[in-house]
Amino acid sequence: MQQKRDLSQEYTNRVLLNGTLETPKWWAPTVAGLGFVVLIGLIIIATMINRGLGLTGLSRPVYWGLFITTFVFWVGISHAGIMISAILRLTQAEWRRPVTRAAELLTVCSLFTALVFPLIHAGRPWRIAYWILPYDISRGIYPNIRSPLIMDPVAISTYLTGSTLFLYIALLPDLGVLRDRTTGWKNAFYTLLALGWKGNPRQWQMQTIGGILLSALMLPIFVSVHSIVSWDFAVASAVEGWHSTIFAPYFVIGAVHSGVSAVVTMMALMRWLWKWDDFIRPEHFDALARLLIVVATGWLACTFLELIFALYGQDAPEIALREMQIFQWPWNLLFIIFMVTGYIIPVPVWCVKKYRNNIAIMFWTSILVNVGMWLERFLIIVPGLARRTPFVFTWEAYRPSPVEWAIMIWSFAWVSLLMLLFSRFFPLVPLFEQKESQVFTDDIQIGRAKVPAIVREVE
Amino acid sequence: MTTDVEKFGTRNWGMIADLDKCTGCQACVLACQAENNIPINTQDRVERARSISWIRVERYWEGDFPDTKARFIPIMCQHCENAPCEPVCPVYASYHNSEGLNVQVYNRCVGTRYCANACPYIVRFFNYWDPVWPESLRNHLNPDVTIRSRGIMEKCSFCIQRINRTSRKAKSEGRELEDGEIQTACSAACGTHGIVFGDLNDPDSRVSKLKNNKRAFTLLEQFGTDPNVIYLAKVDPHKKGSEEGHH
Repeated sequence: MQQKRDLSQEYTNRVLLNGTLETPKWWAPTVAGLGFVVLIGLIIIATMINRGLGLTGLSRPVYWGLFITTFVFWVGISHAGIMISAILRLTQAEWRRPVTRAAELLTVCSLFTALVFPLIHAGRPWRIAYWILPYDISRGIYPNIRSPLIMDPVAISTYLTGSTLFLYIALLPDLGVLRDRTTGWKNAFYTLLALGWKGNPRQWQMQTIGGILLSALMLPIFVSVHSIVSWDFAVASAVEGWHSTIFAPYFVIGAVHSGVSAVVTMMALMRWLWKWDDFIRPEHFDALARLLIVVATGWLACTFLELIFALYGQDAPEIALREMQIFQWPWNLLFIIFMVTGYIIPVPVWCVKKYRNNIAIMFWTSILVNVGMWLERFLIIVPGLARRTPFVFTWEAYRPSPVEWAIMIWSFAWVSLLMLLFSRFFPLVPLFEQKESQVFTDDIQIGRAKVPAIVREVE
Repeated sequence: MTTDVEKFGTRNWGMIADLDKCTGCQACVLACQAENNIPINTQDRVERARSISWIRVERYWEGDFPDTKARFIPIMCQHCENAPCEPVCPVYASYHNSEGLNVQVYNRCVGTRYCANACPYIVRFFNYWDPVWPESLRNHLNPDVTIRSRGIMEKCSFCIQRINRTSRKAKSEGRELEDGEIQTACSAACGTHGIVFGDLNDPDSRVSKLKNNKRAFTLLEQFGTDPNVIYLAKVDPHKKGSEEGHH
């Protein structure tokens, strides 16, 4: 169970700003390495735009492949932020505090990356202004609002705006701290960003209200973003593997599964890299693992429901598709890896308290979950298109080209690079949240257990 | 301002493909390639499953060995009244015009390929590369048909250039269009007159009459796409209940 820990404010400031006021030794080489990968990735993307989508492995029935899989994957990861900072904030789960910022940052970076994929995936990316921007006066045609591809950018940019605001509002008190501890251009930089934060009661009140309001406003986005992403597939009535009514909740819960796992991965990395052992503690992993057991099981139920809904109709093409997806080479191997990494290994491990409190085990199981969740999206998108239609003309498989793999690897390097750059200028663990929990939290006795609870002053 | 009805009339273009007359000779495929400036399907493109063929003749086998029979069915864009490709296009590149055609506006297309995923007939094609023709064929291109650049979708247009040309001619001569006056490239090329093109809204047209034939069926009816291409089933004299024999 969580224990109340007494950490002095001075200690909190010193340790949590160790990545910001000084540069960790590993930081520069890591950033340089990631920067190199990102640069190569950008060159490959530029080449692909210049030469054309012929460089991918896409073909006639399989018009969408690795790019859309990776797009859905990153949108899924982005659900970390909203789950941790909005839902857990509104439900006043105290253990969320050290991870709120990292989760929100992950949301912003992964959404930003996800948005790239549909754009570079278009045949004529230089014309996407027609598609994304709502008004195009010269044509006199409004974009087709019935298309999920219009709802996508709307939902994702709303989410991105909300998350960025959320991240920024939560950053204000810490920017004030940094401003007071820096000199020269850094001081000017933080002064500008801190918006005159003095820490007076009125500012605190507004900051808190702003945070709670944003949490509440973002709750609908929690449901809408991945539902809309799922409709990219679910509206295609002629594609057996895609046209399923369970897709919206299925995608949302899958997104939470992968997003929260990604937060676990990040927490372990933060604990190891910045030595924040006093702030990111085993009990946080324990709490997240319990949440994940519930989410993962809900997600598994949806996975089976999807299959059952598909088979219930006794529709021959649908049954044939499912057979291909699960039993036929090479999908069967991917399906087994997907089930094993997505559920069969992690969840029983999380059920053991000793393992839940073991950082290394939590790190590796959370990585496994995301391998599985990536495969899940791949197994929905590609077999759906590569299905054996009544027309023999179109029976083709899909083999992703090196260009597609490279751009997928680029996306991982890019997200990591963005987050590392952020960590150099802003603290990844919110100082004020940490201190606030010190002030507010007290252990109360419930039965035999000591439970940390919020003790707020009554006005 | 003229309304669409005044401007275009109330036509609903449709096509009948009589499978009983189809010999699988592929003349329609060739005529379509020539008429519509379809790029040459090189070996590489065919192997990568990126060949473009607005109309194709599918061959399938019917019956058990040794009584197997080769059957053919020409498949082109079905110009569905309720087309799955239309609502998914974010930029209205795929839309339904007032003459019942499902048209593809190349200038609007950004190449999301969503329409191709949505189409159950797999008759939409993406230009993965720029089209190339050998030098000797450059002067053979049809000037009435846009050459599609890399990155956009294309598909059968029911030879809209021929529809427009013939309609303009009739209008300039101050007369109504006659049934059968418009021939698509495939219907003109069909040696057995198995493909008939015409106005489904005109009750006296050949297509309207053939549509009511008891052999008539549409492809993949379960999707509710309401195609404007109607097939007439193969008549098999050796088989009882010969109205069967399609997908």
